[in-house]
Amino acid sequence: MPQMTMVQAIQDALRVALREDPRVVVLGEDVGRNGGVFRVTEGLQAEFGAERVADTPLAENGIVGGAIGMALYGMRPVAEIQFVDFIYPAFDQIVSEMAKLRWRSAGQYSCPVIVRAPYGGGIKGGLYHSQSPEAYFCHTAGLTVVIPSTPADAKGLLLAALEGEDPVIFLEPKRLYRSVRDEVPEGRHTVPLSRVRIAREGEHCTVLAYGAMVPVSLEAAAEAETRGWSVEVVDLRTLVPLDAEAVLASVRKTGRVVIVHEAPRTCGYGAELSALIAEKALTSLQAPVLRVTGYDTPFPYTLEHSYLPDAPRVARALEHVMSY
Amino acid sequence: MNAAPLQLLDPEGRLVGEAPAVAAEDLRRLFRHMVRMRLLDQRMLSLQRQGRIGFYGMATGQEAAITGSAYPLRDTDWIFPALRETGVSLWRGTTTREIVCQLMGNSGDVLIGRQMPCHFSDRRVRSVAWSSVIGTQLVHAMGAAWAAQLRKEDTVCVGYLGDGASSAADFHAAANFAGVFRLPVVFFCQNNQWAISVPLSRQTASEGIAIKAVAYGFPGVRVDGNDLLAVIAAMREAVDRARSGGGPTLVEAVTFRMGGHSSSDDPTRYRDGQLVEQWERRDPLGRLRTWLRASGALGADDEETWSKEIHEEIGAAITEAEALPPPPIESMFADVYATMPPGLAEQMRYAVAMGEGQKVEGVFPL
Repeated sequence: MPQMTMVQAIQDALRVALREDPRVVVLGEDVGRNGGVFRVTEGLQAEFGAERVADTPLAENGIVGGAIGMALYGMRPVAEIQFVDFIYPAFDQIVSEMAKLRWRSAGQYSCPVIVRAPYGGGIKGGLYHSQSPEAYFCHTAGLTVVIPSTPADAKGLLLAALEGEDPVIFLEPKRLYRSVRDEVPEGRHTVPLSRVRIAREGEHCTVLAYGAMVPVSLEAAAEAETRGWSVEVVDLRTLVPLDAEAVLASVRKTGRVVIVHEAPRTCGYGAELSALIAEKALTSLQAPVLRVTGYDTPFPYTLEHSYLPDAPRVARALEHVMSY
Repeated sequence: MNAAPLQLLDPEGRLVGEAPAVAAEDLRRLFRHMVRMRLLDQRMLSLQRQGRIGFYGMATGQEAAITGSAYPLRDTDWIFPALRETGVSLWRGTTTREIVCQLMGNSGDVLIGRQMPCHFSDRRVRSVAWSSVIGTQLVHAMGAAWAAQLRKEDTVCVGYLGDGASSAADFHAAANFAGVFRLPVVFFCQNNQWAISVPLSRQTASEGIAIKAVAYGFPGVRVDGNDLLAVIAAMREAVDRARSGGGPTLVEAVTFRMGGHSSSDDPTRYRDGQLVEQWERRDPLGRLRTWLRASGALGADDEETWSKEIHEEIGAAITEAEALPPPPIESMFADVYATMPPGLAEQMRYAVAMGEGQKVEGVFPL
């Protein structure tokens, strides 16, 4: 099995999709000749032509709105938003249009658009190249929100998203784009949506994480092992629709929960997880559900590593719930 | 660009240019359709005033623009309408009964009560579902045209907008992309002079809407939107251009919204009544009637006969629609996702168990 970075794995998924399905079109800013600013689409225009891998004018509402029109007409567009921080001009197209087209047409139309965007901090990108806005999309009925944490998952989840009929927000942890190289199956490889991955099995505490916070959580879990605590790390992979049963099964098994995300805390995705656990697994809990998150501030440039949750912060939360 | 709108039939019903080639029987059908739209507006506004439907957006005064924009299209073309273009769907084959059911949001509604009245869509006539957010459908028209171009199909997509939407970001993006990729799309603007209470002079400092096309690199044309013949001529040229690979066109039909923005709006708060009287003299039905009678295409009794037929059709549609129950509670949860996720299925079971489906009957808050 070949070793790939996440960038290569996503590129491989797009190549498989473009090869196998004539309906697939890739569009966005700089995705063509330049291969994207992170080189995710490198070589695709040369292989599939400028019509199917299209550089667009610089307007996110036009990119997503155009992709919606393509999907209505029967295509499978994959729209790239260069950084998720630039997605807000397309926010209305995503939440008012893309998410609701099937429902508001009573199933006459579907809108299988994939919106890919790198998200998250850790690359010295400052306020407008580092945000984690997943909660905005999780709040919108009709959207599927996917965040991979490994190269193999990035490929498999993207290809699974392209096989579905629903619009998908596919957020890529840019900090992990090239930092990890891992085995990725060749050819068509899909990973089912709405299924968690148990990244590490454990007995005493559950850490719920996704994207770039999965390796951070695994590092903390390994450290906890040295103190005799067996920590389970659940990689959510799809935030909405959530694999709630798997989350609850882990919580019921361990009785302790730490939730980790780099997005700000208030009304972040961790709040939804906490509420779910309180409603459905309260009697299993041995300790309060803790959240380790970004702060309720805009994303800082110089102090980004103080802002971002890291293994020591997760370890501190683990210590708190384990000694509660 | 000449800012004076193209006119072929003057307000007095005199032919002042070369009429587009339209078969006499089609002219009769077109006139009948305009009468049908006007009568449907009258009857539906009346139903709204009686509290039998919740909302209505009239197209009165804009029948020529709407009908003329629909006529040159093929059945295989796609339309991306907004509030005042239900008449396009009606022309293409949607029935009066389906429209009345949509206005009532009942179980006979194609959209099973999911959208406000007048937010109609019908896949059978390739009319795409739209939101109330202004101008958002224009990028979809652009994208669908892009897809048609990629598939090398000769479909034309029409994105409808009003003068207000010409200020929206999506109009700019749609026109810009359409120009760059030379897409087979027509942007059809019904410039009815008013976006609720805000006049055209507060939407743009340019001389009308059509001139904006120049900046996007494709033709814009201004027509008298109350002149069916001029609208057909301009739209036909635009559609032919799109179909033959010549790229997009922006057609601006200069017309006037004779009523309020909707049944919830009182235009006397912001608009001079004299202006309305002026536009009454430019009525699209009146001039077409005069010309068709003079040319012998319309007989003395035709309109009366048609009006009677149409009233019967609408009356029957209302009777049938009012007998239908509201959609079942379960319908609210379908179509959110292609397959209902377990969490949503749980919410549906809760709603059913709570008897939520019993709370809707006869409730149309005004």
